[in-house]
Amino acid sequence: MIAPRLEVPRLEVKGISKRFPGVLANDRVDFAVAPGEIHALLGENGAGKSTLVKIIYGILNPDEGTLSWDGAAVQVADPNAARALGIGMVFQHFSLFEAMTVLENVALGMDGAEDMDALARRVREVSQAYGLPLDPERDVYTLSVGERQRIEIVRCLLQNPKLLIMDEPTSVLTPQEVERLFETLRLLAGEGVSILYISHKLEEIKQLCDRATILRGGKVVATCDPKAETARSMAQLMIGAELKTVTRRSGGSAGAVRLEVEGLSLASEAVHGTDLKNISFAVRAGEVFGIAGVAGNGQNELLLALSGERLADHATALRLDGQGVGRRDAGQRRKLGLCSVPEERNGHGAVPGMSLAENAVLSAHHRLGLVSSLFIRAGAAARFAAAIVKNFDVRTPGTAASAGSLSGGNLQKFIVGREILQKPTVLVVSQPTWGVDAGAATTIHQALADLAAEGVAVVVVSQDLDELLAITDRLAVINVGVLSSAMVTREASVEEIGLLMGGVHGLAPEEVAAAAAAEAAKESAHVA
Amino acid sequence: MSLKIEARREIPRNLLYSTPLLAVALTVVAGFFIFLAMGYDPLRALYHFFISPLLSLYGWSELMVKAAPLIIIGVGLAVGFRANVWNIGAEGQLTVGAIAGGVVALAFWGEESAVTLPLMCLAGIAGGMAYAAVPAFLKTRFGVNEILTSLMLTYVATLFLSTLVYGPLKDPLGFNFPQSRMFGDAALLPLILEGTRMHLGTLIALAIAVAGWVMMTFTIIGFQVRVLGQAPAAARFAGFSASRIVWFCLLLSGGLAGLAGLFEVAGPIGQLIPAISPGYGFTAIIVAFLGRLHPLGIILSGLLMALSYIGGETAQVEVGLPQAVTGVFQGLLLFFLLASDFLVRYRLRWRAPAARPQAAEVGP
Repeated sequence: MIAPRLEVPRLEVKGISKRFPGVLANDRVDFAVAPGEIHALLGENGAGKSTLVKIIYGILNPDEGTLSWDGAAVQVADPNAARALGIGMVFQHFSLFEAMTVLENVALGMDGAEDMDALARRVREVSQAYGLPLDPERDVYTLSVGERQRIEIVRCLLQNPKLLIMDEPTSVLTPQEVERLFETLRLLAGEGVSILYISHKLEEIKQLCDRATILRGGKVVATCDPKAETARSMAQLMIGAELKTVTRRSGGSAGAVRLEVEGLSLASEAVHGTDLKNISFAVRAGEVFGIAGVAGNGQNELLLALSGERLADHATALRLDGQGVGRRDAGQRRKLGLCSVPEERNGHGAVPGMSLAENAVLSAHHRLGLVSSLFIRAGAAARFAAAIVKNFDVRTPGTAASAGSLSGGNLQKFIVGREILQKPTVLVVSQPTWGVDAGAATTIHQALADLAAEGVAVVVVSQDLDELLAITDRLAVINVGVLSSAMVTREASVEEIGLLMGGVHGLAPEEVAAAAAAEAAKESAHVA
Repeated sequence: MSLKIEARREIPRNLLYSTPLLAVALTVVAGFFIFLAMGYDPLRALYHFFISPLLSLYGWSELMVKAAPLIIIGVGLAVGFRANVWNIGAEGQLTVGAIAGGVVALAFWGEESAVTLPLMCLAGIAGGMAYAAVPAFLKTRFGVNEILTSLMLTYVATLFLSTLVYGPLKDPLGFNFPQSRMFGDAALLPLILEGTRMHLGTLIALAIAVAGWVMMTFTIIGFQVRVLGQAPAAARFAGFSASRIVWFCLLLSGGLAGLAGLFEVAGPIGQLIPAISPGYGFTAIIVAFLGRLHPLGIILSGLLMALSYIGGETAQVEVGLPQAVTGVFQGLLLFFLLASDFLVRYRLRWRAPAARPQAAEVGP
């Protein structure tokens, strides 16, 4: 902790709490940003960073607590009010119209009508003054991601903000673009603009920020000077050192390799997605294998590649009990014993408008014979759905209720239960206990442990490190589409995992640069 | 105050099924004022449009004759629409089906037998399927939008039919009229009601609707179609191949449109002529939506749209309304249906104007 500054803070957050159903996203958060300070908000996914900035920017209203602006208490009712105060925000995902020019996009973001020529002049002035080269007449679709971000920044700067919030700004940028962005931010800070910089990338924060507030589980766990800390010590604060005391189940006796992934590379389908790069790991019968990592580092892509929703380049990139299944689709892999639970429940793991019985048919018809000569066996499907409801304590009026009518946690229990009760030989599950209460989480963890004990190979992809440390035998960390080598969970150090999650992994620097260059090449190809 | 459009969280079911009735009512009201503005007696015009065709057995039989192709095509299209496969080119598939089946009839001309009609039906289905296979291939292979390809191919098909009946298929004894020979008796659909034009195809249309309902409700294929339409990611998760479903939907709707075309030439028309359909393939799109994409609902909406054709003719004869009134009514109906559907899915709310961007100061 460093001593509070004497000047009046630009923004002071006092005792902010925000509760969502089932989760306390912010728990009496206090922190302050001084004028001209670059202040980092650091934390894992789910630590409450997004909720906090949404409250500051007026998108959400806090349940408790107050905000002060230049020493005066304020209520920020909506983003308009935030902008009027002088708060600007650059979101992680941009809201730009691709078919319009830079200038038109800027004009759309302004609150009042404005003379287009004058606006174009101002855009040029601002972009020159802050090293954000931008041609107002260019069409947005011809611009790279870094250039698009500049539009958003310029749009904020035109309103002369006193506080600029940047939400994970570098997640889509090349290293060169990151360097340029940092120069701009330092320039702004030099003029007295406060910057609230949200990130989980430790090295960046050390490089850029004057102070860091670290959130964990919705609470402020520390405020520190990142330049005085090591990446290691901040990772420890971010993840929590007390994790080491978590008791783990006794490691099962691992049998033969059931799932083997070798040299799996796959370009992402999504614009902001992460390509998988040469991923290899193996999971044995009776083993629970964890994949840790901050969201958006290729977990979704990996899930799709494992489940068979996206096919690998060649059959042997994935082997199931020795058989190459890289070119088999999800239904065929399921027949061979590989079941999966995707991260997104509604619309991916389940069809919201269909009944639970129909949703049971969705993924279980192969293994449980719920279809005979084209006709769905409605009775058998309803019985199977009822069995899931009973075994996993799904709170629902009945199996005819639509999946969309269930709460997130209950639907989660249903989907996980549906895959477990199919008796797979390999189960890949993403965020198994997302949104469920502690009791149900224990049920699901127990079911996964029991599966492993029966000789099933279980892969758990989760952003919840506590969970992975508690239930896995071995784990690896995924970062920008690269999977680290696996480590035995019992022997893994939290610091090492934290560093890997923060992007400080064992890759040689030139490999990082090569990966980034490939990213940039792909991006320009996309633009072209 | 400003109007704000909000998506409804839950779509009220009773509203979903009552909007077709609302749309019909609004169409009648709008029609009333249109007739009034045109200087006709609106009540008399509406009577001849909606009521008088239903007062005779012959009127009902004609209704069935017109409804049959609409129901057959509508059922096929509805299956595709459920999967978000937008076959807009049923008119073209109908035309090619009619050509294929008609060519079989003409090939057997003078030596028809019991197998001629079944062969014609198969040829009609195959023709429609083959024509729908073009957009299916382009969509699954290159990602070309099937709305454009299927629609544009319609005009190709119509021109192809003209080429045939002005050329190689022209009746040698037909005084150079652009039409084929009349089909032989064994190449015509049997009539099922003496003294009317009601043919076997009308019963088959009803059977197809029931079969479509069974398929969509009870079979894994219907399930796959519904999952793909509602949640494409879930379909992929389940291992349902999107491109196979696209193929299935286009082949099914194309095949049914082809069969409907064959029923027209082997039924009421009895030969190949340049214009075999008064836009059944397009009207069937309205029929499918008006019937809520439900095969049994499509029977009702098919009858209603058939009434708009017959009512238009009756009003033309009795009141002297222009022929275009049929199209106007069909357009109005679709317009009101889509508009009221919008209100089923969204609601309008008056909202106070956003407060001037001014943070309320509380305290010193």
